[in-house]
Amino acid sequence: MTFKTAIAAISALWLATAAGAEELKMAVTTSFANSGLAEILLPEIEKDTGITVELLVVGTGQALKLGEAGDVDAVLVHSKAAEEEFVAAGHATHRREIMYNDFVVVGPAADPAGVKAATAATEAFAGIAAAQAPFVSRGDDSGTHKAELKLWKAAGIEPAGDWYKAVGQGMGAALNTAAGMDAYILSDRASWLNFENKANLGLLFEGDKALFNQYAYLPVNPEKHAHVKADAAKALEDWLTSDKAKGMIEGYKIGDQQLFHFNAEAM
Amino acid sequence: MNDIFEGLTQAARLVVTLDADLAEITLRSLQVTVTATLIASAIGLPLGAWIAVNRFRLRRIVIVVLNALMGLPPVVVGLVVYVILSRSGPLGVLGLLFTPTAMIIAQVIIITPIIASISHQAIRELWADYHDLLISLHATRRQRIATLLWDGRRALMTASLAGFGRAIGEVGAIMIVGGNIDHATRVLTTAIALETGKGDFGLALALGFVLIALAIAVNLALHVLSGTERGSRW
Amino acid sequence: MVSPILPLTLENVELRRQGKRVLGPVSYTLDGEGITIVMGPNGAGKTSFLRCMHGLERLSRGRMQWQGDEDRIRARQAFVFQTPILMRRSVLDCIAYPLILDGLSRREARKAAEREAEIVGLKVTLNAPANVLSGGERQKLALARALIRAPEVLFLDEPCANLDLHSTAEIERVLAGARDRGTRIVMSTHNVGQARRLADDILFLSDGRLIETGSRDVFFAGPGTPEARAHINGDLLP
Ligand SMILES: Nc1ncnc2c1ncn2[C@@H]1O[C@H](COP(=O)(O)OP(=O)(O)O)[C@@H](O)[C@H]1O
Ligand SMILES: [Mg+2]
Repeated sequence: MTFKTAIAAISALWLATAAGAEELKMAVTTSFANSGLAEILLPEIEKDTGITVELLVVGTGQALKLGEAGDVDAVLVHSKAAEEEFVAAGHATHRREIMYNDFVVVGPAADPAGVKAATAATEAFAGIAAAQAPFVSRGDDSGTHKAELKLWKAAGIEPAGDWYKAVGQGMGAALNTAAGMDAYILSDRASWLNFENKANLGLLFEGDKALFNQYAYLPVNPEKHAHVKADAAKALEDWLTSDKAKGMIEGYKIGDQQLFHFNAEAM
Repeated sequence: MNDIFEGLTQAARLVVTLDADLAEITLRSLQVTVTATLIASAIGLPLGAWIAVNRFRLRRIVIVVLNALMGLPPVVVGLVVYVILSRSGPLGVLGLLFTPTAMIIAQVIIITPIIASISHQAIRELWADYHDLLISLHATRRQRIATLLWDGRRALMTASLAGFGRAIGEVGAIMIVGGNIDHATRVLTTAIALETGKGDFGLALALGFVLIALAIAVNLALHVLSGTERGSRW
Repeated sequence: MVSPILPLTLENVELRRQGKRVLGPVSYTLDGEGITIVMGPNGAGKTSFLRCMHGLERLSRGRMQWQGDEDRIRARQAFVFQTPILMRRSVLDCIAYPLILDGLSRREARKAAEREAEIVGLKVTLNAPANVLSGGERQKLALARALIRAPEVLFLDEPCANLDLHSTAEIERVLAGARDRGTRIVMSTHNVGQARRLADDILFLSDGRLIETGSRDVFFAGPGTPEARAHINGDLLP
């Protein structure tokens, strides 16, 4: 092979992927990305605003870190307390609620801890702890993980012991682990519905208000990081809170289940 | 077993239908890894030859370090590159984090020691053969290295291919520095990790088979193009 | 005419390797023209002596002096090793290699190499890889490669040691031709007949020392030392 052919081949490779539009990097949670909603929204966003949104799919903790370091232009996560702290520290200009979905308790169909009969999320968790039934925790500082810890706290339980497995991984990997071990797990609804390896698991508990999961949009503060694309971030925020977004978010279904509920307020 | 069969059929379907997403990430895998391999070869091959040919005081230490660097854990490389390229890091102004360039940088760091080390071994043997002749013909240092690189090109191609193989299958580092962004930095390995995470083992395996096929295809193509297996030619 | 790099003078040159005296002390001046044959039993130091003059060995003691600057000295001499060093290239590219080093284009170098192959009588497919050649052909390749720069001084270390009579005769013919074109040749051999045929003068080495030097006729008429006498008579030393 001649040197020239090699060079030609390499240049062809590079050119094939050259992009044109403005790019905006947004850190989002695994649960949002796994829902499949992004794949519906992003092409429309690009069409309407000319912005190519590049998603970094991470846990809430890391998403906020990325915003803090200035490595992304905006953050879309679901952990209110951490978000408010983030804004207070000046890392984002403000916090804008966009939509919510909910968590569900998933577990073995046989339901040894009697979660199905519970009337509140805390009761379901207490049942699992009492039965010492295997429970898989994300253990990765994600929004889902934080929501889970909040529920244990509300139930007055310090989760520890052989039955409590913190895997330190994303939602999908944690669900895989739960499926492999026939364990209980707290999952966002979207990840659960999109999950393909359900094995013996089933949806055992849902609907408690305590399981609601609010997503908020945080544009990274350009005063801290001059390079962030504040204009694009503003345009994206406007789009996400528009009527068009509302229609698309409310209309997104898996099977016949609506996943997200739009609740952005006009400013 | 079922999963593997399903993966194979799905892989075949994706390839036959020329799935657009598959083509894109496959092309990006190639783009990143081929570029990284070329850069790492441009550094590693002459470096290996230079170490083989020159006697200098720290030579043994350099060789030991090089061999140790071969075992560099990719995640650690990824982490270090991440911290350096992050906006809050020393090279943050370049804005390279979460771009294919960052992935190339990480891969170059991972495979340069491998390429240098293997080429050092190969060139050392050739140098032992050629030593007296090249000294007798009064070849300059540059000429010696150029001659050794050229005449040892088969062995050096093996070194580069070893680097390519390591890079194309690498996931830890490029996941960290690339971010696995759809349509921007997603490559075969990170897509496999993603699909595994979603529990879609069929698709993950399909991508895995495509990756293996790609690695084999690149090796075959190079060997055919350079005529390695043709009779007694070098 | 470029100024000659000769004479070469050696003053009390000594080579020691691993605590053992391999050569010397030797004092000698190489000058004039013709073919000098270095003789001596195995292990006498012939190879070491030739390599030393060619600059392949670091002196342990003594002084050695060519004429002119380093680059010219090195480029104006050539060496044919006892076992030819083949490059992983075609026959033609092996022969052309010294000219490539000199900066000639590959085309020019190969053209010159073709002529040189013709001169040494190398009748093989020149584009074949060098490692398919037979022993005699390899030695001719090495000779062509050594002669392609038209060196002023040519060293050969037992170039015919493993060759049949026919190949030996061909190489002797080429060497005689080179001498006639003015190349100063220094060659070791253990073949007494070859020494008689080619030598203008003779050096005799024994145990690393130069114990006889002289013209061929004087040497073969009656060597002064018992070692040399025994050697040319083919005696087995006690
Ligand atoms: N690098 C070396 N280390 C130790 N001994 C050596 C080395 N080079 C040559 N010798 C020894 O020096 C002697 C002369 O060797 P050499 O010049 O090859 O002799 P010749 O060519 O006359 O047979 C031999 O005994 C050989 O073993
Ligand atoms: Mg010898």
